[in-house]
Amino acid sequence: MSLLAVENLSVAFPGHVAVREVSFAIEPGETLALVGESGCGKSVTAFSVMRLLPPNARIVSGRILFEGADLLAASAPEMRSIRGKQVSLIQQEPMTSLNPVLSIGAQIGEVIRHHDKLSHRATRARSIELLDLVSIPDAHRRIDDYPHNLSGGMRQRVMIAMAVACGPKLLIADEPTTALDVTTQAQVLDLLDDLRRKLSMAVLLITHDLGVVAQWADRINVMYAGRIVEQAGIEPFFARPMHPYSRGLLGARVDVDADEHYSANRLSEIPGSVGSAMGEAGCPFAPRCPLVEASCRAAPPPLLAFEAGRRVACPVTLAASSELRDILPPPSYGGGAPEGGGGGRQHKRFSNISDLKSAGTPTGALPPRPSRAPPPYDGGGKL
Amino acid sequence: MGRRILTTLRRTAIHAGPTVLGIIVLDFLLLQLMPGDAADVIASESGVATAETMAALRERFGLDQPVLTQLMNFLGHLVQFDLGFSPRYNMSVLDMIMTRLPSTVLLMATALSLALLLGIVIGSVMAAWAGRWPDRVLSVVVLLFYSMPGFWVGLMAIVLFSVKLGWLPSDGSMTIGANLTGFAFLSDRLEHLILPALALASFFVAVYARLVRASMLEVQRQDFMRTAQAKGLHPFFIQLRHALRNALIPVTTVAGMHLGNLLGGAVVVETLFGWPGMGRLALEAVLARDFSVLLGVLLLSSLLVIIANVVIDLLHAWLDPRIGAA
Amino acid sequence: MSVEAGKLADFGNRAAQPRKGRRLRAFLRNPTFVAGVIILSFFVLLALFADLLFPGDPLDMVGPPVLWPGESVEFPLGTDSLGRDVLAGLVHGARASLLVGLSAAAIGLAIGMVVGAAAGFFGGWVDTLLMRVVELFQTTPTFLLVVVIVAIGEPTMQTIALAIGIASWPTVARLVRAQFRSLREADFVMAARSLGYSNLRIIAQEILPNALPPVIVAASVMIANAILTEAGLSFLNMRDANVVSWGGMIGNGRDLLRTAWFLTALPGVAIAAAVLSLNLVGDGLNEILNPRSDP
Repeated sequence: MSLLAVENLSVAFPGHVAVREVSFAIEPGETLALVGESGCGKSVTAFSVMRLLPPNARIVSGRILFEGADLLAASAPEMRSIRGKQVSLIQQEPMTSLNPVLSIGAQIGEVIRHHDKLSHRATRARSIELLDLVSIPDAHRRIDDYPHNLSGGMRQRVMIAMAVACGPKLLIADEPTTALDVTTQAQVLDLLDDLRRKLSMAVLLITHDLGVVAQWADRINVMYAGRIVEQAGIEPFFARPMHPYSRGLLGARVDVDADEHYSANRLSEIPGSVGSAMGEAGCPFAPRCPLVEASCRAAPPPLLAFEAGRRVACPVTLAASSELRDILPPPSYGGGAPEGGGGGRQHKRFSNISDLKSAGTPTGALPPRPSRAPPPYDGGGKL
Repeated sequence: MGRRILTTLRRTAIHAGPTVLGIIVLDFLLLQLMPGDAADVIASESGVATAETMAALRERFGLDQPVLTQLMNFLGHLVQFDLGFSPRYNMSVLDMIMTRLPSTVLLMATALSLALLLGIVIGSVMAAWAGRWPDRVLSVVVLLFYSMPGFWVGLMAIVLFSVKLGWLPSDGSMTIGANLTGFAFLSDRLEHLILPALALASFFVAVYARLVRASMLEVQRQDFMRTAQAKGLHPFFIQLRHALRNALIPVTTVAGMHLGNLLGGAVVVETLFGWPGMGRLALEAVLARDFSVLLGVLLLSSLLVIIANVVIDLLHAWLDPRIGAA
Repeated sequence: MSVEAGKLADFGNRAAQPRKGRRLRAFLRNPTFVAGVIILSFFVLLALFADLLFPGDPLDMVGPPVLWPGESVEFPLGTDSLGRDVLAGLVHGARASLLVGLSAAAIGLAIGMVVGAAAGFFGGWVDTLLMRVVELFQTTPTFLLVVVIVAIGEPTMQTIALAIGIASWPTVARLVRAQFRSLREADFVMAARSLGYSNLRIIAQEILPNALPPVIVAASVMIANAILTEAGLSFLNMRDANVVSWGGMIGNGRDLLRTAWFLTALPGVAIAAAVLSLNLVGDGLNEILNPRSDP
């Protein structure tokens, strides 16, 4: 049984639907990345799991099964016993996520006292232990400090300490490093991964930073305009992204004889904007997709399995891949091998975030074919 | 916190010294501008207005001396904690004020506490039901109280509770000559206190309610509220411990600015209810041109405001650890 | 060069002048503001046409004493202990209250803006000195100060208005000073300075128009408070004996509280309604000029 299984979740706000028929599962101890650009619904999905949506949001349909029990059917006291204890949350902005008028000891202590009902002394001892665990120096003095006495990185560590205080099975990290500088980012993510292993915790990592995903996640879900468009393991995904949007994100192209360096050619981008998905009856990416066909606009394509552990919401891509797969062997750029092979950007295994970043993975970067004028975006070229 | 108290006190003393001096000089000069003096009033009241009696009166109370001399005399006495002598009441000004000061402080403290308590509760309710009918209804009620003169609220309260229902008295601070003790004494005092305190507080309840509402709504939008919810804490506990403490910070700032108004409002309310306080004393002193008393009252009122501001500052610092952090 | 100077001046002025059409519509769309304006206009009209509606002196004794409202058609709101028409008194009282309120606020605004602008713009010892004076005034209880000032002169409408104005300028001064302190670092001020504009011109033409929004809101509150203060003064008998005022009517009715409480109730309702309208206008202005997004 999966630790968390989201089935067909749809969440609406007055005026638009933020999350549409989203389904995914997280297994105990793994890191699942939920990736997409701003406004694609990833944070809303995460908050739905903890039922911390703003009052004007409505969960229209779906189930959220945590260890088999539907959280959407849980009563308020039941949810309160789950939050902080079984499922925790880390937010993006450490400065505003901590209460400025309470000491960090008080804020860590209150979750411990609420769930584990320890005495004051025991709570304080445990809080100091937690601060040590997240590598805050001089913990027994820092515990009485206020948030404004700490740096951004330290505040995020305090948030992590609060989140893991009661040993949750699932930690939801909503863009935990977006507000931090690059060096601190690496430290915080290191810490998260370390804690994950020590405490056997699963992590739902929400981010728009593919570099972070590549280094820390086990599996990835790509979201676009409220829908999940691709689900895959990390290595297969980065080796060979399939959905046209994913390919746009990674700027990848499956081209067996391509061996160019990205800097040799100009970048091109996914034309249009995500706003074009509004009111679209079919696939939300259709207005911008170069592989679009008439059937795409009729109804939103479902997530179909391509291979074990890999699903794509693009029948066009799937059809093309399965044809090719019958004819050709899988592209020989070591897709699935832990070590990157030679040639091409696509299959290089990135050993640190800066490597991946310098390889130009920001949204929409797409190196064109060699020694030609850059062609318009075509969904990544022929498969 | 103890060190903070000391530094604040020292800072205030240094800062307030010249201010108090300025107040004394300003008020003194202001009073000199008033037509007539105590001798005139006494003489007119007693019906004896011969030139000799008036000259004698003036000489007795030093009213015939030049202004600067009078001022110097006053300051000289002040350093010895002597506020002078009242021609009208025939007792030392300090004694006069001391008999009235406790009543005023009691009234003001009660009114302020009531206003804060009611204001915070009403404001929190308004914020919790923001946009829905409890909020709308309360907003109208609050706005009405903001617009009604405090003394008129007092008058209407007297009509309702004193005249029609007969529950509460409408005059004085206690039943004179009843010689009550213990619980009966307290309850008698309380009965006399409620209506004046409510009248004085009515305006400020509205101010604080509106402020708390705005402040709580602002706080609800902060990220740390979601953090608190994500910890699984009970919503009421979250409002009390996380939201309210932050929301009260602007309230303390505003409450500090109101102390002057509170004292001023006390003048009318005390007169209306026959409350034996400093406000009523001040009014009588103005009418009687009893400058010594008036000066004493003005001085003491200003001191009260300064002290109260210090208290508010300290309260503010206690609520918000970010203050003085640098 | 003069073209550029003109353009820069335009830039500064353009920031100061709102796009009038759009602003006007925003005003009209706000229900709080509109409600306040309607009620306020009602009182203004009453004040303006008091003599037409109720000719003669409202202080004249015209009927039997202590008539209750509804007892007589001739005196729909009854008469007081001296047989004076309550309704006539209320209508004429509108004039007194509004006049005092407006003039007191005007005086307070004038003094406050000058002091605040000077303190905020020049800073340094000017600022320190002026702020000390402000503190002096603010430490003294406002109402007491007004009482003392009124006692210095004759309790006429003018003196009362002057007294209230003198007691209320510190709040405006603080507000204006805060605005000037932040605006004097603005780019358009630097531009004006670089063109050699005099300080006075910068203060009056560049900064002041931009500092106005909170001052406008404060003005309505000041008028409201002035009316309340005047009511208090009149109640305490520090009023112009020749003019009818709402506070004075309440004061007169105080003695008959047990038997004829309508004499204190009705003028109070009038005060509350007038002040309410001003507060609604102030709230509406605040919403329009300083928009926020909470419900």
